[in-house]
Amino acid sequence: MYGYQLRLEFEASTGSTWPLNVGQVYTTLGRLERDGLVRAVDTAEEGQRTYAITDAGRAEVRAWFATPVSRESPPRDELAIKLALAVNAPGVDVPAVIQAQRTATVEALQAYTRLKSASADGDLSWLLVVDSLIFAAEAEVRWLDHCETRLVRHRRPDRRPITGTADVTGRQEARR
Amino acid sequence: MSDPVLVLRNVTRVHGVGETRVHALRGVSLTVSAGELVAVMGPSGSGKTTLLTLAGGLDAPTEGEVMVEGTVLGDLSRKALAGLRRRSLGYVFQDLNLIPALTAAENVMLPRELDGVPARTARDEAAAALEQVGIAVLADRFPDDMSGGQQQRVAIARALIGDRRLVLADEPTGALDSETGEAVLRLLRARCDAGAAGILVTHEARHAGWADRVVFLRDGVVADQTRPPDVVESLLADNTST
Repeated sequence: MYGYQLRLEFEASTGSTWPLNVGQVYTTLGRLERDGLVRAVDTAEEGQRTYAITDAGRAEVRAWFATPVSRESPPRDELAIKLALAVNAPGVDVPAVIQAQRTATVEALQAYTRLKSASADGDLSWLLVVDSLIFAAEAEVRWLDHCETRLVRHRRPDRRPITGTADVTGRQEARR
Repeated sequence: MSDPVLVLRNVTRVHGVGETRVHALRGVSLTVSAGELVAVMGPSGSGKTTLLTLAGGLDAPTEGEVMVEGTVLGDLSRKALAGLRRRSLGYVFQDLNLIPALTAAENVMLPRELDGVPARTARDEAAAALEQVGIAVLADRFPDDMSGGQQQRVAIARALIGDRRLVLADEPTGALDSETGEAVLRLLRARCDAGAAGILVTHEARHAGWADRVVFLRDGVVADQTRPPDVVESLLADNTST
């Protein structure tokens, strides 16, 4: 297989959800060749190099499939950061922030669902990717619901006219 | 918008009196057109189920009006309302309300028989409805001899029989596994694509994803709703391509 074919295969499986730069593919192939995981078998007249996987490469792929994806360092989550900051920032209507996000996330979910229903007999790989987007969006909505409930429980005391004690309690809780 | 099947106009529903007065809905307006599936989401106590029972004529608003296919439900006699409910409305409830002593086909044809349709016609319609939900072969089984997913399909067939124009669903996927649940949503979606109007009450965003529009209820009012698909699609186009 040569680089362009690899890119096509990847994008067919993932529905182009994560577009791949063809330059990136060639750089990666170069590194794999350096590490002995693939070897160049042929160079076509147009200069396309065809690669084949080596035994070491096969072992590496098997190991990759067998190893769970690391959850150790959570990726940056702008939404979690936004809400974490919003609850302590002055003048921010947190329920409004939550609702605006919920609507936007459900809209994305509707769009993914339309993609899915349009390809009912579609490619299994692609369906799994769309489902992954759908479940992630659903989880986000559930988390937003949870945040809202938590906020109501937390905020109830200091919704009243501010008294000394309510203020102190509010701050202590916010610091936890 | 194509022809509205359900119109809620400024609907308020108050339960109880005096100190125990609860506003389940306050001035809610909602139009659902033929071919449209609208999902209603909101926390418990937000008025979702009240909205559905009002839309289905199972309860009457304290203020405002509910119209189904141009008829104001409040203007109808009890008998006329019951007739309209049987002919125009299909319900899928959380608890399926299948009658254990009747077979799948008999459960599905029951509303038609009550409506005075000849048994033979009702039986044919039931067979067609069961076919539509993919369980034609189970027509003579009793609910107890079916899986949860199969029973759910029977309940949906019963809601669809006789070409109902308005389908009301309250958490229709119940405790089904995610794939069977999705099949149920696909059915509801297909029914709306074929020209019915649908309301789906759910707390699961994944199910609301099948709707054309999602309405968020909060404390008895519409807090927000999603924008039309074409607007959203153009915004998403930057991030996701097909």
